[in-house]
Amino acid sequence: MSFLEQLKQKPWMAEQIQVDNAHEGSEYALPAATLGLRVFLGVVTVLLSLFVIAYGDRMAASDWRPLSEPWLLWLNTGVLILSSVAMHKALLAARQAQIERLKTSLLAAGGCALVFLLGQVLVWQQLIALGYFAATNPANAFFYLLTALHGIHLLGGLVAWGRIITRMGRETDAADLCASVELCTVYWHFLLVVWLVFFALLLFT
Amino acid sequence: MAEIATADVGIALPAEVEDVELYHPKSWVTKYVFSQDAKVIAIQYSATAIAIGMVALMLSWLMRLQLGFPDLFSFIEPADYYQFITMHGMIMVIYLLTALFLGGFGNYLIPLMVGARDMVFPYVNMLSYWVYLAAVLVLVSSFFVPGGPTGAGWTLYPPQAILEGTPGSEAGIVLMLVSLALFIVGFTMGGLNYVTTVLQARTRGMTLMRLPLTVWGIFVATILALLAFPALLVGAVMMTLDAVLGTSFFMPAIVQAGEQLSYDGGSPLLFQHLFWFFGHPEVYIVALPAFGIVSDLLSVHARRHIFGYRMMVWAIVIIGGLSFVVWAHHMYVSGMNPWFGFFFATTTLIIAVPTALKLYNWTLTLWKANIQFTLPMLFAIAFILTFLHGGITGLFLGNVVVDVPLSDTMFVVAHFHMVMGVAPLLVIFGAIYHWYPLMTGRMLNNAMGQFHFWVTFIGAYTIFLPIHYLGFLGVPRRYFEMGETTFIPDSAQSLNEFITITALIVGFAQLVFLYNIGWSYFKGEKAGHNPWKACSLEWQTPVVPPEHGNFGDELPVAYRWPYDYGVPGAKEDFIPQNVPPDPVTAPQSR
Repeated sequence: MSFLEQLKQKPWMAEQIQVDNAHEGSEYALPAATLGLRVFLGVVTVLLSLFVIAYGDRMAASDWRPLSEPWLLWLNTGVLILSSVAMHKALLAARQAQIERLKTSLLAAGGCALVFLLGQVLVWQQLIALGYFAATNPANAFFYLLTALHGIHLLGGLVAWGRIITRMGRETDAADLCASVELCTVYWHFLLVVWLVFFALLLFT
Repeated sequence: MAEIATADVGIALPAEVEDVELYHPKSWVTKYVFSQDAKVIAIQYSATAIAIGMVALMLSWLMRLQLGFPDLFSFIEPADYYQFITMHGMIMVIYLLTALFLGGFGNYLIPLMVGARDMVFPYVNMLSYWVYLAAVLVLVSSFFVPGGPTGAGWTLYPPQAILEGTPGSEAGIVLMLVSLALFIVGFTMGGLNYVTTVLQARTRGMTLMRLPLTVWGIFVATILALLAFPALLVGAVMMTLDAVLGTSFFMPAIVQAGEQLSYDGGSPLLFQHLFWFFGHPEVYIVALPAFGIVSDLLSVHARRHIFGYRMMVWAIVIIGGLSFVVWAHHMYVSGMNPWFGFFFATTTLIIAVPTALKLYNWTLTLWKANIQFTLPMLFAIAFILTFLHGGITGLFLGNVVVDVPLSDTMFVVAHFHMVMGVAPLLVIFGAIYHWYPLMTGRMLNNAMGQFHFWVTFIGAYTIFLPIHYLGFLGVPRRYFEMGETTFIPDSAQSLNEFITITALIVGFAQLVFLYNIGWSYFKGEKAGHNPWKACSLEWQTPVVPPEHGNFGDELPVAYRWPYDYGVPGAKEDFIPQNVPPDPVTAPQSR
């Protein structure tokens, strides 16, 4: 029953009491962690959208000088896509209880994410070497800000990833890990989409 | 969406509630310090919030001393005064009210009221408190750094907030912004818990429309906070970069003392939009839990079901939604397109409709009810009056043409202190008198409570009614001293002295309240089980105060809404929510 439908109920009426007494309690047929992650992704989406709106607002000012993005960003983007693909393979392996394949895919996913972050740091170094300082121009400042934001969220994802890896050392039952891998995969794909949006924004403006 | 069986359901269902695995603390430290129990976390949140709130109270005394007796206290410099204003506002709004309503009451009441053993993510919940504590400590540390805390006003408007010459522009402003960022991170952890627990961890039979209004208020306020705080975080992050790295997100080209600063092209208005996109919902983040709690206090202490339960829920949801489209009414004086102003004035005035509906329903709940003039009831009635009062001055200020001349006067100070200072605090007091017996097993002392109530309630009016009048006279806000101003009569100063003396007395009454909390913990009258004869589940625990896991061996099942007071034919004048229907006296529709 939809949220709005429920708001029409009259909980004090005898007929409604009969119906309500059979209610299971929980609202959605989902594990709490899945719902928790979705709410969290909602909050992150709001946060990042507000940064994008601020970007759009600041861009309109006359002192905006777009910077030329290093080619390395394309490579980083490719690595991040690979990371997401590997994470998805890990999920499929976890669902089929193939523990060895799960291990290799997970390690590949985390490894690619680390390489991506390393690549982003290199991009920063290149830009600084070229004299693109944050204080010189708002376009530069936003470049560092957006890449840093994405990087911090990815680091948070790597903490969750690290916890799965350590748990995998102790237990070998793929089914137990499946739920965690699923949450991790959703987060990974979400961050990939965020990066693609940011990358397009940085590239075209 | 859970399937609801409409087929043949027995009168009394067996109590089959899917139980959860609970984390059991093994040592004193994990039980009382790094606790994952929402009730302990709630008390930690409340104690921290009240402690930092005392700092804000003392700052308000210092401000009042300066305003009442401008030449007497030479140790208060203009810079100090601005720091007092700023920190008082920020602490009260965020670190006290938000933390106490959501972190304190949210943590304590949500699991108990929905019939859960704990929050769904206890570990994250624990982190939430410790990050909040870190935010408070960073805030406090800013009092001790060179230059002191920021004196930019609680709205922290750039460019002035980070420019040399504003108090605390050295380190204070950065610590303020870092503290806010930490607060938001900590709150988000808690907020995920409150939302998910309300949606997923309710006990059997507890539909959304059987939730007490307290839970509804906290639930919707949490959603608002989860959506609004990111705007403040964006503002805080970008302003920190402006202050530390010298970027120009918000900083326009500025010439200061004949010298061109390195900033260029930034937009201070962008910050104002971000700030108030957070700042206005923040008013309702504080008000909605107060609405919810006061509904329950009125219902329990008037021995009557809340009038118009459904409308009350709708009003909470509608106010929550509208609160996101009114923010620019804080920016009329910043200059805006007249149509923009027209839009925001209209949405602002529309909010009065669901709010007025709530006021009518509270009043109608009391109509011909069996009113018990207990302390929670007194505070609830006082809330209705002060909130009505502050709400009506809000209607004045919502209009652009009225707001522009009044905007920088004491009238605005009086308005928001009435509506989001005094009113929610009265609810907090009422709620503490109401739930203290549940938290400790003892009643708060009534004599001290009566003293606290009457001094606070009458005192609030004697402080803030005159401030409205000062505003009409044109006394500006944020001024260290008035000096010689032709249009302000000398008597305004006498009024200021009167307000200061009253404020000190009201402040003293709060110390009596704190003393009462401590004294009653050891010497208060034993409360016993359910002293107020309330219906909702938090009073139905097998042990009072509720233990770890809340409900003993078996979770309760909800068989009715939480407002079955004075049901005709029932043995007592209340039927707790977990009492199965009796075929003979089964409640008929009312």
